[in-house]
Amino acid sequence: MAYSKRKDGRKFDELRKISAQVGIIKRADGSAMFQIGDTIAIAAVYGPRELHPRFLQNPEKAVLRCNYDMASFSVTERKKPGPSRRSVEISLVTEKALASVLDLELFPNTVIDVFIQIIQANAGTRCAGISAAAMALAHAGIPMRDMVAAVSVGKVGDKIVIDLDKHEEDFEEGATDIPIALTARNKEVTLLQLDGEVTKDELMQAIKLARKGCEEIHSVQVQALKEVYKEDKDG
Amino acid sequence: MDNEYIISLVEQGKRLDGRKFDQHREISVETHISKNSEGSARCKIGDTEVLVGVKMDVGTPYHDSPDEGSIVVTTELSPIASPDFELGPPGVEATEIARIVDRGIRESKAVDFKKLCITSGEKCWIFFIDIYPINDDGNLIDASALGALAALKNTRFAKLENNKVVFGDFTDKKVELEKTPITFTFVKIKNSILLDPHTREEKAAGARLSVAVHNGKIHAMQKGGDKGFTESEIEMMIDIAIKKEKDLKKVIEKAK
Amino acid sequence: MSKLIAEERTIVVPGEKLATGMEYLPGNGAFREGDDIYSCQLGLVNVSGRFVKVIPLTGKYNPREGDIIIGKISDVSFGMWFVNIGCAYLACLNVREVPEFIDKGADLSNYYDFNEVIIAQVIKVVRSKDINLTLKGQGLRKINGGKIIEVTPSKVPRIIGKQGSMISMIKEHTKCNIVVGQNGNIWIKGDNVENEVKATEVILKIENESHTHGLTDTIKKALEEGIENGL
Repeated sequence: MAYSKRKDGRKFDELRKISAQVGIIKRADGSAMFQIGDTIAIAAVYGPRELHPRFLQNPEKAVLRCNYDMASFSVTERKKPGPSRRSVEISLVTEKALASVLDLELFPNTVIDVFIQIIQANAGTRCAGISAAAMALAHAGIPMRDMVAAVSVGKVGDKIVIDLDKHEEDFEEGATDIPIALTARNKEVTLLQLDGEVTKDELMQAIKLARKGCEEIHSVQVQALKEVYKEDKDG
Repeated sequence: MDNEYIISLVEQGKRLDGRKFDQHREISVETHISKNSEGSARCKIGDTEVLVGVKMDVGTPYHDSPDEGSIVVTTELSPIASPDFELGPPGVEATEIARIVDRGIRESKAVDFKKLCITSGEKCWIFFIDIYPINDDGNLIDASALGALAALKNTRFAKLENNKVVFGDFTDKKVELEKTPITFTFVKIKNSILLDPHTREEKAAGARLSVAVHNGKIHAMQKGGDKGFTESEIEMMIDIAIKKEKDLKKVIEKAK
Repeated sequence: MSKLIAEERTIVVPGEKLATGMEYLPGNGAFREGDDIYSCQLGLVNVSGRFVKVIPLTGKYNPREGDIIIGKISDVSFGMWFVNIGCAYLACLNVREVPEFIDKGADLSNYYDFNEVIIAQVIKVVRSKDINLTLKGQGLRKINGGKIIEVTPSKVPRIIGKQGSMISMIKEHTKCNIVVGQNGNIWIKGDNVENEVKATEVILKIENESHTHGLTDTIKKALEEGIENGL
């Protein structure tokens, strides 16, 4: 089934409009907002801080604990508040996506808590959450070897596209959704999931497309981080 | 300490049990292992052993797919299988395994959900696929996925009377598997990729990737672990999965 | 072949390349990967000799030996107290590091009890996890009365000002006793509540506007004329 035009007029390799802001939650040690199209994710980081109960502590490194949650009003049909199997899984893959750039060995016996809240959803929520969380971790002053950006790529009908929106995810003739996260410097894949049907070549093509998209997201993340302290040179 | 030992073996191109990096342990599948279930199977990969049972019930279809039934996959990581598991409701690990197995079946359309419709918009079959690891010696994901497939293959529909299930009574109508997606799980230790990790390799690994393939097409993927993969590593793992698909399909076909 | 890529006093983010070549060495906030040196913090680049460092602009307090801090007693143990100084780990105050002579077997909470606040100095830090404090020294003591406010540790230098000029100006105008802890905890005690509130508002204003030019003048004006319409 041929997919000839995207509903919002975008090119197949074009992202929706992206924007980011750092420092939006004052109480948190670090925080950020990331928006792509109509999807909005906010992230807050608390830590490193003491981890209770004691038996959860890891004497060799900090525990990274991510919690992804969708606000009940973020979607068209109300989502019951509280965790679901889906949010548990997304929390897990988010943690894995971020762990590789953090030097957790620097803070044994502590916890770094990352809370992600989706306040408006139009597909690509887990990726937006990861992009927001990476900025929040940097804002919290936690040493990071690299930044992480995430985007969804996939196949809609017969075309490989980047940044699928809800319409495309639900495409009647079939769509394959591939959320990917890449580190900025080494382009290592730290998040990779897939549901649908693609050939190997299509997958590799999609990953190449994701590289480009993540580069774009990364430059927006960098700008948002530098904005917070633009003229702080007399300190 | 143990991790360092496994890593040093890998750096020498070796594995604890002498396997090649892209070699599975011995795989066996046995069906009809639990009489009261509509379908069941035991899957063994090396010493990892998983039991899977399929039970059915009548449910209401989702309103955006009135002509379709569905599956619900659950994994119970009972402490019976490993000193590392604790009693309690399914945690993150159990949830992840269940969702990976679910995706492999759902996305490949291994079961045609339209064939699970009883009355459009009102009643449909829900397949409850429940996975119980009995012994965890690594790679629960592949053993669970293979077990689920084998269980579905010998599943017969329960008897329906007045739109209600007559528990304990089965029909002769078998579930047809449209596709047989096979899941391959790899881990990365240092810079080497290993297929079908056993527990000690899982603990020493930095990253993990599971891929479900059917007839050369990729239907599901899930990356786990704290570290990342390069693009060429991903390509290599997919090549191995596509190459080995036939061998594992034979195992499923033999199981009746 | 060694080259400095980032300019001194520019803001860098984690993963940003700072220098290349073996001539340069990574200091705090930076690390080497292969031939290159990268930042691991959101902060300001600082080059001192061959060392390329990044001074973090954000984040929790990172204890340094010699720092004067304000902390709260969080636990009383054998021969020592645990003190919360606002970083990932609790600091230790050993019984030998207090000016009082304490008998063996005495109840330590009679001297410094839970939730009491102290001005202490950091005497030893081992890998940011083992932090030792002392109360032996001028001005180090348990404090009573007044109030404690919390600011981001990275703003402390701005609040103190060059050679203490900013904080002196605030003390003078508000007639308050103020001690600024390097960990971001600030103690304010004045003769009356209005002055304490004024000092608080001014300090929080500095925290919010630390990046603006002409801050000293703005603050001077705010102290003389009062802060209108809140912050």
